[in-house]
Amino acid sequence: MDSNQDISKVLQAAVVQAAESGQQLCLRGGNSKGFYGRELTGEPFDLSKHQGIVNYEPTELVVTARGGTPLSEIEAVLAAQHQMLPFEPPHFSDQSTIGGAIASGLSGPRRPWFGAPRDLLLGIKLLDGRGQILNFGGQVMKNVAGYDLSRPMAGALGTLGILLEVSIKVLPLPPQETTLLFEADTENAHAITQSLRLDAAPISGSCHMDRQLHIRLECDETRVLLLRNRFGGEMVEDADMFWRALRDQQFAFFQTDAPLWRLSMPPAADFHLPGKQLTEWGGALRWFKGDHPMETIRSAVSTTGGHATLFRNGDRSGEIFHPLNPTIALLHRRLKQVFDPKFIFNPGRLYPE
Amino acid sequence: MQGQSDNNSLRRQRQRRTLADAFLKMLPTEAVIFRDEELVPYECDGLSAYRQVPLIVLLPYDTSQVQAILRYCHTNKIPVVARGAGTGLSGGALPHEDGVLLSLARLNKILEVDQPNMCARVQPGVRNLAISDAARSHGLYYAPDPSSQIACSIGGNVAENAGGVHCLKYGLTVNNLLEVTLITIDGDRITLGGGGLDSPGLDLLALMTGSEGMLGVVVEVLVKLLPIPTKAQVILAAFDEVEAAGNAVAVIIANGIIPAGLELMDNLSLRAAEAFIHAGYPVEAAAILLCELDGSEDEVTVSVASVCAILKQSGASEVRISRDEAERQLFWAGRKAAFPAVGRISPDYYCMDGTIPRKQLAMVLKKIAEMSERYDLRCANVFHAGDGNLHPLILYDANIPGELEKAERFGGEILELCVAVGGTITGEHGVGLEKIDQMCAQFPDAELEIFHAVKAAFDPDNLLNPGKAIPTLSRCAEFGAMHVHAGQLRFPELERF
Repeated sequence: MDSNQDISKVLQAAVVQAAESGQQLCLRGGNSKGFYGRELTGEPFDLSKHQGIVNYEPTELVVTARGGTPLSEIEAVLAAQHQMLPFEPPHFSDQSTIGGAIASGLSGPRRPWFGAPRDLLLGIKLLDGRGQILNFGGQVMKNVAGYDLSRPMAGALGTLGILLEVSIKVLPLPPQETTLLFEADTENAHAITQSLRLDAAPISGSCHMDRQLHIRLECDETRVLLLRNRFGGEMVEDADMFWRALRDQQFAFFQTDAPLWRLSMPPAADFHLPGKQLTEWGGALRWFKGDHPMETIRSAVSTTGGHATLFRNGDRSGEIFHPLNPTIALLHRRLKQVFDPKFIFNPGRLYPE
Repeated sequence: MQGQSDNNSLRRQRQRRTLADAFLKMLPTEAVIFRDEELVPYECDGLSAYRQVPLIVLLPYDTSQVQAILRYCHTNKIPVVARGAGTGLSGGALPHEDGVLLSLARLNKILEVDQPNMCARVQPGVRNLAISDAARSHGLYYAPDPSSQIACSIGGNVAENAGGVHCLKYGLTVNNLLEVTLITIDGDRITLGGGGLDSPGLDLLALMTGSEGMLGVVVEVLVKLLPIPTKAQVILAAFDEVEAAGNAVAVIIANGIIPAGLELMDNLSLRAAEAFIHAGYPVEAAAILLCELDGSEDEVTVSVASVCAILKQSGASEVRISRDEAERQLFWAGRKAAFPAVGRISPDYYCMDGTIPRKQLAMVLKKIAEMSERYDLRCANVFHAGDGNLHPLILYDANIPGELEKAERFGGEILELCVAVGGTITGEHGVGLEKIDQMCAQFPDAELEIFHAVKAAFDPDNLLNPGKAIPTLSRCAEFGAMHVHAGQLRFPELERF
């Protein structure tokens, strides 16, 4: 069966009807990230049938796909041309879609060096809360005509509209990747990562957990041997599985019913609350489990210039995302009104409305 | 008529006096500029064809003064145009006749270079190149490098989402910012982004970047810094046909190589640059490609060899590799001075900034050549070939009556062609006032209405840089009436995207 189909007219009609009746919709692609964000409300609204790659020209470094296209399909098509989605999106299930990957704004281990969805999103076709189909951005790398209304859709969790199509910058797959493993406590792990970063080593992933530091490097073994002579570490065989498991949160660390915090902070920041920690992104992302009141965690992270998200578990009706300054919160409400004046899309998924 | 303009001038003098009195109460004397002869330097930015003397110029020394200015303007409904170094090429900082020109030039301190976190906290008036200069002793640099980087300020870079020759590999301004603090029209101070790689809620930092001073005034920026690559080399390749040069770019990318910079210059622009800089460019070539590769010693050695092979296979008549840092700089100097170089061979030039899918390059250049004959104006082309950003430079003489208008029509037609082939009217210079009519060619009414609504979400009274970047629907209706002759769009032979 050819799954490639454009059902934008069907979706548009349904949105127009929902807007008229005030029916709130819970947007759903592959339904793999329902755990993320504030609790789901509204009628489930399936977007997964709107799928297919619309345009892909490897030498233009851009792929355009319908929001419901499975990530696995896009990645396979890109891989056949030795290219990749540079933000290495997590696949929380086999059904994960490109629309969901962009809407969640989440990235994998490659993020600090290759960018997040917001960095790579070049253009969108959006179905807004009035049922209008709108185009922002485009299929070219550089575009400053009008306000950039594409990038803010990355991470908006569908609260501003439905991503009918997304155009994304792609990059060549690294010809070779090698992983080094170091035995290191937190302090040493930090020192090793910093030295490699400042040395302009071609890092494409870092993970520190249980005194083990894995560093993925985009280079062949000859260069890795040179780096190893200076920085130490052991070469890891078949590390692909490791990085995929990290990306998709398959490690035992993530298998928990306890609150799992996602802490985003400056890479060199100190964070000393007692608990279990897994550090990625050269220090800029810390996964944290610890029995502390929300306020304690938030204020410890805020002082570093970062922010804390209750990523999994805990009270999903509470403040999942870091509270906003009142002026910024007001701007959020006004932008919501611009795109979704009837408040039908994913009500309250980001912040209470 | 004479009486009316005298009245107008009297009214402006009175308004100017009122504003000067008000601002002198809240700002130091040197921060308030209101004498005719002192206002003139602010009448235009880098697009000197458009000029307007502002009512008053304010040069605050700190953020709290910026807040006080915006609060006053908000209360009294006075338009405010923010200005950085004034190097913009689209008239984005063109003053408003009845407004304040707010220069951020005195907020010019580098507050901190943070090596462990690889970032720098700077004020908006800091020059782009000064950031890299300050970071160098830490082994770091700021990647986006617009050609005007010696002079342009980071605040302006944020407002325009400035690019440069290294964008393909290292991204635009939006990809190299961590945090921006700005003052809203109400005088509120807000910080978007943060010290980490993302921030909670909607990505307003992305929205703010490139918003051309329409949504807020930037007062502080935290930029990302990168380690200086161990090695960088430039390859210069000459081609007998522009098309072959364009195809070579596609082959380089198809081979999995992302150069740090990849630039194409056509014969007219490379001749002009050679006459000016003496970079050793082959003046007989139809086009040259400059391809920079950076990274570790080994990486660069390997990729330089592959790129050279690709260029030769793609029909390059000559391939040169920079032998040392001085020669690398020299190869770039010609390209970076292309605009002023063209300025030397023509009394005036008009710089366009379309982006096109790279595969359309040969066709677009052919059409531009046809237009050049039809308008009887020469046109030099420089092209950020890696990312499809084309800068046609239309040569004209403003002293010949009607020639500027002709150049503008020529430019407008080029931009509409860029849209028609699936590209955009501006890749990195911004819409400003210059390309406001072409916005009508790029966006239908529904999108434009959303833009106006977004503007109103930040600035309900339309006081920040009013009249720029986003055309009114009625302006587009007039523009449409003018451009669609007998129901025919321009370029009817092209498939529409």
